[in-house]
Amino acid sequence: MHEWEEQLRALLSDKRVFTELADRYSYSFDASFGEHLPEVVVQPKTTEEVQTIMKIANQFGLAVTPRGQGTCLSGGPLPVKGGILLDMAQWPREINVFADDLIAVVTPSVLTADIHAAAENHGLMYPPDPSSAHVSTIGGNLAENSGGPRGLKYGVTKDFVIGLEIVTPEGEVMHTGGRTIKNVTGYDLTKLLVGSEGTLGVITKATLKLVPKPPAVQTMMAAFTDMATAGKAISKTLTSGVLPAKMEFMDRACIEAVERYRPSGLPTASEALLLIELDGHPETIKLEAEQVKQILLELKADPIITAESDEEAQKLWSARKLVSPAIATIKPTKISEDATVPRSRIPEMMERLKQIKEDYQVELVVFGHIGDGNLHPDIMCDQRDEEEMIRAEKAVAEIFRAALDLGGTLSGEHGIGTMKAPFMEQEMGEVGVSMLKRIKEAWDPNNIMNPGKIFAEKGQKLVLRDG
Amino acid sequence: MADTLKDMLRYDLTFDCVQCGYCLPVCPTYETMERETHSPRGRINLIKMVAEGKASVEDLKQPIDKCLGCMACTTVCPTDVKYGQLFESAKHVIDEYEEKTFIQQKTEHFLFHSFFPSAAWMDQLGNATWLYQVSGLQKAARRLNVMSAAPLHLDKFEQVLPPAPSPKERHARKNRLHPDGPPKAVVAFFTGCVMDSVFFRQNEKTMELLRLSGAEVQLPKTQTCCGALHAHAGKEPEAVTLARENIRAFEETPVDYIVNNAGGCGAQLHKYGELFAGDPEWEERAKAFSDKVRDITEVLVELDGLEFTERVEETYTYQPSCHMTNVQKVKEPPLQLIRSVPGVTLKELDRPDFCCGSAGIYNITQHEDAMDILDVKMEDVKRQCPEGIVTTNPGCMLQMKLGIQREGLEEEIDTVHIVDLLMKAKPVAKKAVKA
Repeated sequence: MHEWEEQLRALLSDKRVFTELADRYSYSFDASFGEHLPEVVVQPKTTEEVQTIMKIANQFGLAVTPRGQGTCLSGGPLPVKGGILLDMAQWPREINVFADDLIAVVTPSVLTADIHAAAENHGLMYPPDPSSAHVSTIGGNLAENSGGPRGLKYGVTKDFVIGLEIVTPEGEVMHTGGRTIKNVTGYDLTKLLVGSEGTLGVITKATLKLVPKPPAVQTMMAAFTDMATAGKAISKTLTSGVLPAKMEFMDRACIEAVERYRPSGLPTASEALLLIELDGHPETIKLEAEQVKQILLELKADPIITAESDEEAQKLWSARKLVSPAIATIKPTKISEDATVPRSRIPEMMERLKQIKEDYQVELVVFGHIGDGNLHPDIMCDQRDEEEMIRAEKAVAEIFRAALDLGGTLSGEHGIGTMKAPFMEQEMGEVGVSMLKRIKEAWDPNNIMNPGKIFAEKGQKLVLRDG
Repeated sequence: MADTLKDMLRYDLTFDCVQCGYCLPVCPTYETMERETHSPRGRINLIKMVAEGKASVEDLKQPIDKCLGCMACTTVCPTDVKYGQLFESAKHVIDEYEEKTFIQQKTEHFLFHSFFPSAAWMDQLGNATWLYQVSGLQKAARRLNVMSAAPLHLDKFEQVLPPAPSPKERHARKNRLHPDGPPKAVVAFFTGCVMDSVFFRQNEKTMELLRLSGAEVQLPKTQTCCGALHAHAGKEPEAVTLARENIRAFEETPVDYIVNNAGGCGAQLHKYGELFAGDPEWEERAKAFSDKVRDITEVLVELDGLEFTERVEETYTYQPSCHMTNVQKVKEPPLQLIRSVPGVTLKELDRPDFCCGSAGIYNITQHEDAMDILDVKMEDVKRQCPEGIVTTNPGCMLQMKLGIQREGLEEEIDTVHIVDLLMKAKPVAKKAVKA
């Protein structure tokens, strides 16, 4: 047994240190691509344990990769350099809502959906709502800076974090921010850490900001025969004085896939389907819904459906929820992207995506959070078809190029991880990436915290083949 | 072996898993065993790794053995991964690769060849319940001092078994029951093997409820065990043989439905069509059989022929059978029936779809793990403060009895099969309403 393994076993007992092959393989993946075996999987349950683990890792030069429940779509929790896989999912789950301060203090293993429920018990809301909220841990959401449909009105994870407890790469404990809404003391390390993908430390506690829960919601659906008009509907709505909580989108390929999968009378001849959710006081959203309806009517959306009850609203949303299972029937391997563009450029982006689909002959479907410009162009392919995967890799690179050309970004909510690392310089420029690197080097002098993420190695390219 | 490991493990099916992790929150073993290795996603990945030669069949054994096979993951899976097929294929491969001790082979041979095929053992063993037989085997094994592996813990189950019916009762059973009026439907009753031995009385009640509801009930004599336990243990050839016997037995006279009252058996009967996919002689016959399979609750709701004459002023909670929920997809009819009993208060569990840990013979083969799962279930039960638990499967019923005993709540909480509850309210045939 290695000395480091002995030390880890002494710290956590055999029950929380795994070196069997079956266990190591079970932590070798996430929901993206690639398979990387850690040398050991450990399950810390206290901040002190993480500190000791970090000290052991520094002493023996082992990489440390934190992992929540492995729902990541960009490779964040993949132990690409082996070493220690830190399974944070078994940490005792604690949510303390301080309603008078409108905050919640949570441990990293808490499921995002449980925070939603706890906040609601106090008439409050934690807005970030990634679609995996019932599975994903808040620790993972913080590391990846997750978003979700409500990002349009409320923002993403980073907009709701006001304080963190972290263990630094060298095993020290540090607190950032605090419990106040306003705090301009020093550099904003909280925001630096959120979205740092586990490369700067291990988050062991977080203080989240809550907002009053809107008392009512109103769902609407509208279909358009061309993308340009759908784009107009989005900008007209957003400049009319109404800010919907969600504005979701499905392209024709998605509509057709859902209708094939579970027929429910969706307008399959439409190029774009919009789902809009307004939230607020019942009287206010009634007026707002009327206003949005007028805009949709003027632009000749057809049909326009306003949900009259909760059941009707759920029925409308089920179309959007069925996108994932429906498109999975096209082909088994899903490359899920989250390139984001300024909202005025959405129709152009859709044109570029159409061109990419033709140029590379890939099954490309588009849906997503269109109100904030965050599209999900997904390529459905088959990992076993190498030739197809090569085309898919090229198509992904083109999607990134298109988003950047239009003034957008590589990632709206999934993170960089391994997959987008080779494209970082295209967006941030040489100086930008070099400044990031300097921060990383200062924080983690031995480069043990989740190495291989965000920063591409020399000559690294996007490869989706061979695991 | 003619087939390659990749074929045998259904490697092709592993690609349907996109590793999103949506199965994690519903998997009982991921919750109690606290590692991804014991989650559906982890298991599917390991099957893939073994098929690719990156890990060995031995590496796969424990994670697969510790899967309950409750199929809760299949209900939430957004990409419809055929986990049931992957699980049973993995079991089969492990079974083929494993070098078993002499006593293991003897035990398995007894369990799967003599014991579960019901017709065979009913003749041979008469009234003795199967658990006593197995425990006899256990004692023999202990005497021979060869069973160093996990003990079977059968003594714990003996205490919760219901009293066995007398031979007279068993022999008095008729092969055909007629309703009082003209039959609304003709149904064949599938007795099940464990159900018909340990829960003979519940079978009697089931047939009577069908009769009262207006059905003519037939009892095909040559029927045998459904084969579910064989399939879950990786013994596919035996499962197929049993399925053939049953298809033949139920083809003898035409019926509207093939009714059963055990969630696990019903699920297996539903799968006969799948079992013979591509078999020119059997596929159609198997499909025709599966299409007729119904749970007793579905048929009672459909016939709507019962009227209750007594109130049951008690609070019940309901523990659904996983295979009824996740494989047969029958959820509403049992709830509807419980609610229809006058006087009954139904307090549903917070997590009804969390397995109770019975899972076929899992609570015998993986006893400690099954008890950890049962503990989670019992916490939920206690929160509802019921006077009784309604079940729809013999395994769940025994397991819930065991749970109540472990909690020392025998005086407070009763466990019943749904047919017990319905009979308690003294049902009579609903009088025809004249137009």
